[in-house]
Amino acid sequence: MACDLWPGIRLHVVTGKGGTGKTTVASALALALATGGHRVLLVEVEGRQGIAQLFDVPPLPYTETRVAVAPRHGEVIAQAIDPEEAVVDYLRMFYNIKRASTALRKMGAIDFATTIAPGLRDVLVTGKTGESVRRREGGRYVWDTVVMDAPPTGRITRFLNVNTEVGSLTRVGPIKNQADSVMRVIRSPETAVHLVTLLEEMPVQETLDGITELRQAGLPVGSVFINMQHPEELPEEALTATEPVAPAEIHSGLLTAGVTPPTPELVGALAREAADHAVRVRLQRRERERLEAIDVPRIDLPLLDGVDLGGVYELAESIVQQGPR
Amino acid sequence: MTSGHRAPHLDVDELLLSPSTRIIVCCGSGGVGKTTTAAAMGLRAAELGRSVVVLTIDPARRLAQSMGLTHLDNTPRSVPDTHGEGSLDAMMLDMKRTFDELVEAHSDPQRAAQVLENPFYQALSSSFAGTQEYMAMEKLGQLRHQSDAEDLWDLIVVDTPPSRSALDFLDAPNRLGSFLDGRFIRVLTGPAKGASRGIGRLVGVGLGLAASVLNRVLGTQLLSDLSTFVAALDSIFGGFRQRADETYQILQAPGTAFVVVAAPEPDAIREATYFVDRLTTENMPLAGLVLNRVTLPPKHSLSLEEALVAAERLEAEGEHPTTSALLRMHADTMRTASRQRHVADRFTAAHPGVKQVVVPALADDVHDLTGLREIGALLADHLTT
Repeated sequence: MACDLWPGIRLHVVTGKGGTGKTTVASALALALATGGHRVLLVEVEGRQGIAQLFDVPPLPYTETRVAVAPRHGEVIAQAIDPEEAVVDYLRMFYNIKRASTALRKMGAIDFATTIAPGLRDVLVTGKTGESVRRREGGRYVWDTVVMDAPPTGRITRFLNVNTEVGSLTRVGPIKNQADSVMRVIRSPETAVHLVTLLEEMPVQETLDGITELRQAGLPVGSVFINMQHPEELPEEALTATEPVAPAEIHSGLLTAGVTPPTPELVGALAREAADHAVRVRLQRRERERLEAIDVPRIDLPLLDGVDLGGVYELAESIVQQGPR
Repeated sequence: MTSGHRAPHLDVDELLLSPSTRIIVCCGSGGVGKTTTAAAMGLRAAELGRSVVVLTIDPARRLAQSMGLTHLDNTPRSVPDTHGEGSLDAMMLDMKRTFDELVEAHSDPQRAAQVLENPFYQALSSSFAGTQEYMAMEKLGQLRHQSDAEDLWDLIVVDTPPSRSALDFLDAPNRLGSFLDGRFIRVLTGPAKGASRGIGRLVGVGLGLAASVLNRVLGTQLLSDLSTFVAALDSIFGGFRQRADETYQILQAPGTAFVVVAAPEPDAIREATYFVDRLTTENMPLAGLVLNRVTLPPKHSLSLEEALVAAERLEAEGEHPTTSALLRMHADTMRTASRQRHVADRFTAAHPGVKQVVVPALADDVHDLTGLREIGALLADHLTT
């Protein structure tokens, strides 16, 4: 049955620049989507085992493994798609060939398909995911929705645009057919490509560039997840002032609070902290304006003091509050 | 600011000034500030008197502009407005152009044209996940060669691509090399010209079956394009593996220093750990770890508990709301600093011999030479975990 959040979407692709917390957001999104009793498949495609570390479970196998229970009876099942396994799987599914796998592996053909052959690896990985999205049992979809922890923003368009990549190599044949069928899933209105960013110059720039590229390629842009936002902790007039908090105010405040003696060094250190905070807040606001200038929905996520499993649930709750219904 | 473990100090100025340091490779996972670190080291070395070239992979726009890199032309350009006697050149890697030039330099025009037009070559040179890593190392080799021949630079600082994993760029040349020298390629290129006949000559039931699978799955056109491509490349390079080996030797040479950059977060530290272990296993010269963007407790300040007590008292009395907010903010800073130190300590405990330098987090992005100079000074500062 359709999820409560993003009800029309059956495949969520999560991308983001390195260091923006892509895997964490993908995991939190999967938990948020599962909330309320849904079955969500969370797919890892880059072999980093980041999901296993986040959920504190042993390294994920190629087979689907339950990693978390969501609030109100949902569950998240995770899977690490290993390209080598995907080749063998592909050959088995479409050609009913098992015996040749060993020979192909010995020749280096599997290695070729997974590491060198441009686009082939991506077709296999996205193909496997597409198969999960469409899989039915007893007339119902096996997964209410699928979340993919995808490659970083710089590579996402190329990764998803498999049939263009493969099309430059082969215009007919089974690989091309497979690419076409994957593209039908990815281009459909049931797919959303989300971008994770921080409110810093480079991640925001990559996000804006990424959105332009995705749109040019006709790929469906979902939401921008603004991760690790520093809270604005000082009053507005302090944040915009050249000297956010006057040393005299800090001195008098510390005296009232019973901190004695408020040495000039201590006052100076706190004044500098206030100034640094104001600089960071102004940077965040500047970068936020750039994101607001484009027509893409945003989800705001707070900075956590270190990400552990509890933190993932906290982010999931935040997504539940903000996600479209 | 030490708890439990104390790492030996990485003296960045000593590294930058030592004439025996010829190449510095900055590596680490994505988003830890590798490019900025490489640029800051290059600028500092130049301003301390060395002739430096910095090879960046994918710099932030404003960082690139600050170094005078306004367009991608694959050639080192002089960075204006540096101080002192030394010189600083900088360049951005153009992956496809580097590959094209490699092909053109090693073949006659006709054969080069044949390769450049091949769809496999086009895909490989622009999208294969390891190509950027491979070309970065190729460019490094070229710069080293050019430097020796023309007596241009005495220090080359290289940034590494934002790989999936920090290890990719060490593996890419070998992976590409072993693939191109491998059995699969021998099968495709075969004794006869043309894919289908090459495959037809295979003996052995397993391989025969594999060949028929290849034909069914890939189709003959694709196989024939591939074999043409490989045959042409193979004759051009006379063995990719040899080239990959040469690159590897440059990296292992005593004049090279690897600097691993990491942020004090579990993921980045994990990648840094893999990297340090790998460099050690491969006998690569590791200079040390730059622990970047660290939240440090300000000197002369209140502890976490003192700050919270003071904030609560102000809130109870309903006075000085701004100072009270500031005290809570300070408490958060102290909490973050303590968590980050814990993460960094685990690295130190596992690698007690690896030298480290701590670079504090800055509030704003770096986007000019002054900012880079500031990072350089912080790198050279004597902060240790």
